[in-house]
Amino acid sequence: MFSAKHITVRFLVLAASLAALLSLSGCSSDQENWNAKDISGLMPELAYQLTDTSGDMVTAEDSAGNIRLMFFGFTSCPDICPTTLQKLAQAVQKLPEDAQEDMQIIFVSVDPNRDTPERIKSYVDFFSDGIIGLTGEEENLRELSKRYRTTFGYEEPDDKGNYAVSHSGAVYVFDRNGKARLLVRPEQSMDALIADLTALANEGA
Amino acid sequence: MSAAEYLLPYDFSPLTILTYITVLGLYSYGLFSMPNSDRPGAGRIFTFTLGVLLCYGVMQTLFDYYSQYMFFVHRGQHLILHHLGPILIALSNPLPVMQYLYRQIPKSALPFLAPVGWVYRCLQHPVLASLLFFGLIYLWLWPPIHFDAMLSRDLYWVMNWSMLIDGLLFWWLIFDPRSPATTNALGYGKRMLCLAVVAIPQMVLGAYIVFARGMVYDVYEVCGRAWPMPPETDQLLGGLLTWIPPAMMSILGILIILRRAMRDDTTSNVSNKAAKEATQ
Repeated sequence: MFSAKHITVRFLVLAASLAALLSLSGCSSDQENWNAKDISGLMPELAYQLTDTSGDMVTAEDSAGNIRLMFFGFTSCPDICPTTLQKLAQAVQKLPEDAQEDMQIIFVSVDPNRDTPERIKSYVDFFSDGIIGLTGEEENLRELSKRYRTTFGYEEPDDKGNYAVSHSGAVYVFDRNGKARLLVRPEQSMDALIADLTALANEGA
Repeated sequence: MSAAEYLLPYDFSPLTILTYITVLGLYSYGLFSMPNSDRPGAGRIFTFTLGVLLCYGVMQTLFDYYSQYMFFVHRGQHLILHHLGPILIALSNPLPVMQYLYRQIPKSALPFLAPVGWVYRCLQHPVLASLLFFGLIYLWLWPPIHFDAMLSRDLYWVMNWSMLIDGLLFWWLIFDPRSPATTNALGYGKRMLCLAVVAIPQMVLGAYIVFARGMVYDVYEVCGRAWPMPPETDQLLGGLLTWIPPAMMSILGILIILRRAMRDDTTSNVSNKAAKEATQ
């Protein structure tokens, strides 16, 4: 049998160690001040195998060495996709020239039934020349989105065959080594985005 | 979609599957080899298995996919892992099976299990148990932590397992089948107090989510929903699931304990009477 005193002492020791553990995990967070959400260590490094706008199979290796800004969407998207792509393209254009060359915007269409490589090409070229447009079999897209803890879903098509697609509204930022670094929320301002991208470009430069 | 796709794990976790197989395996081994007189009846075996399978179902079927991408389904998942599943398991009273299995452990191994006993006794202190029970809900629903848990696969598993283990500990403390009159099990009054104490913070949090004007949990917006649903509806349903069913389960728990206390009173009155009559 344990006396009440024993139990109280153990209770206090356990509570103290819990508190210590919590404060430790609080201290270990990165001291850098990102405007975006810091996702270092939360997600695996960039990897995919998808079709580009010329119809060729490409992987993350093909853009290695660049800072990759990946966004999931679809070309019939009425609001968030054009807004985000425009914001990304403008933010990159406002960076110093050498930093601009470091940046690679990647648009992944999660609506392969409607978005052919040609359609994606004319869509991304509208925003900027250098954007990589990707899509693939739904299975490959599911695998990629699962890897980054996101998903997409389709609404029932209406009479004209139009349907909405739910998808991630965030931009996933990977550094030159392909490590997941930042998650840019849709509401993050242009200036805040430029500051983050500049800081990332200056790393190890 | 085929039935297999609904039933197969969305995020396959060998450790999780192994744990469930071990639990069910040990339970069946105990059932088959224990003496007939101690063996629980069919109803209790069914309740235990149902509780275990419910928890398995929300962790290793397509339900888990919807839990990751819909806030209200995620709240439903935790309702099962932290409440319903453990309640069924505790109410099925697997104590005789556990006692039988405990007796099978070789005597020489018992000293190594002593630390497990210490940790268990600490965690089952009624104050700490209640604090942990609603503290974990608050911890995982604290927006920055919730965001990280939904983004990181590892953290997500830690979250779900911690909810299940804490649920089992808490509801076992509450529905401990041993009578506090004859053993050192927690008294009925304290059990009811624990249930009332944990209900209040859950109601407050649920109501806060229901009446929040902005988005409290934007991770589902950021990561995409399983199907297009207005974010406000998702948050409202999730808030209601945090608020109402847990409060109801606390009240049901109090009623069950009250009934047990009344039954214990009657039996002790009867035996007191019998003892008095015997002495006269």
